[in-house]
Amino acid sequence: MANTEKNSYTLLFAIGMVVIVGSVLAGLFGSLNGQIKENQKKEKKQNILFAMGITKATISGNADDAGSPVDAIEADAIFTKYVGDNQYIIEGAKATKTNKAFAVNVKKEGQKAKEAGYVRKLPLYVGNVDGKKAYVVPLYGKGLWDAIWGYVALEADLKTVKGAFFDHKGETPGLGANIKESFFYEDFKGESIYNGAEYKGITVAKGNNDPTNKRKGDNKVDAIAGATITGDGVTAMIKTDLKMYVPYFETVKAN
Amino acid sequence: MAEVAEKKEKQKEPLFSKKNKGLMTDPLFDNNPITIQVLGICSALAITAQLKASIVMALAVMFVLAMGNVVISLMRNIIPSKIRIIVQLVIVAALVIIVDLVLKAYAYELSKQLSVFVGLIITNCIIMGRFEAFALGNGPWKSFLDGIGNAAGYGLILIIVGFFRELLGSGTLLGFKVLGDPIEKTGLYALGYENNGFMLLAPMALITVGIIIWIQRSRNQSLIES
Repeated sequence: MANTEKNSYTLLFAIGMVVIVGSVLAGLFGSLNGQIKENQKKEKKQNILFAMGITKATISGNADDAGSPVDAIEADAIFTKYVGDNQYIIEGAKATKTNKAFAVNVKKEGQKAKEAGYVRKLPLYVGNVDGKKAYVVPLYGKGLWDAIWGYVALEADLKTVKGAFFDHKGETPGLGANIKESFFYEDFKGESIYNGAEYKGITVAKGNNDPTNKRKGDNKVDAIAGATITGDGVTAMIKTDLKMYVPYFETVKAN
Repeated sequence: MAEVAEKKEKQKEPLFSKKNKGLMTDPLFDNNPITIQVLGICSALAITAQLKASIVMALAVMFVLAMGNVVISLMRNIIPSKIRIIVQLVIVAALVIIVDLVLKAYAYELSKQLSVFVGLIITNCIIMGRFEAFALGNGPWKSFLDGIGNAAGYGLILIIVGFFRELLGSGTLLGFKVLGDPIEKTGLYALGYENNGFMLLAPMALITVGIIIWIQRSRNQSLIES
């Protein structure tokens, strides 16, 4: 047995350990990554359906389940039923029907859009709920600590919010993390993203003084106390990301 | 210490000798990591609002602790003592990443609930404590038993606390409505019973652990510190 107290031994041991552990973990990640991606895609489908108002309650008929998304096992089938092939990639005012809307990485597109002349690819999911169209737009932005994202569903008039879903990577529990809670996202329902003919978005506003959200026409929802920056992140997502769809929405409305 | 332990191993102890069994059963009761050593309390408070999360956390810790103990024990003669804590950390971190990846691939919903806490296994004091106190000085089989025993002791408390918190807090067990339906007012709820929402908050986990400690010490007076 080598002298385990020698510096050279210690150094070699450390290097060897890092190489072995590193390659084992890399190999495992490679083999499981496909399954993990599949799970994440299912979660996206659950969230899109949730924003459209298709929750576990729609399937089970039990009002208790209204706060939960549809079961992951059924997500694929339910998504096919309500959205199916009605997925589009929008470039400027032009929409292409595709089944690759999920392949668009909203985060990476946002980074690419900084280059001059790049026309951003925007995924759009059009659901059919009770005979009415619902347009679901994915959003991606930043909160206080890390990424936040969400889906906003618009009614067939392309002005009124039908529903919303937000999630986050690492906002403060009890404060910013509450954007996931029903009392926050429920407020968006019925709000308009237009003020007259002008695009306004929806502001997460302090001092809105409308806790039950009775004023639907003011483009504002109540902020969460103690979560100013996360709330501002949500406002910014809707202001910028959702606005990029407006040229396309105008063409839809014109028809 | 290490030499003595190895000499004993050479005498071909049966796999489940009385002493080896003791390695597994002691941490369940009289040397329980949570109620006697008061280690790993943080996760016991954080994830026990549901029985399912408690069981998964117990199994994940058991896997990491048993495997980690064996790996450390096999390496105990070649680990340079100067960097042994770092080596222990690397091994436990690698095992935790394995658990995390497997959960993400095969139990995605659960991994979303547990995500932060799976990461926190790395800092669970029971794990580093057993590596340092046991695995570095004992053979792999004994270390394996010690790991299983300590994780079982930890898991036992987690499951007891999870059982009472979910039953009294939500009226369910593993998601099944065992006490009837609180909205439809069936079963126990028809008699006017209500769920105790306080059970779902962290303080009640601490109180439940306290009650377990109380019962344990009143049954075995020798555990009471003077």
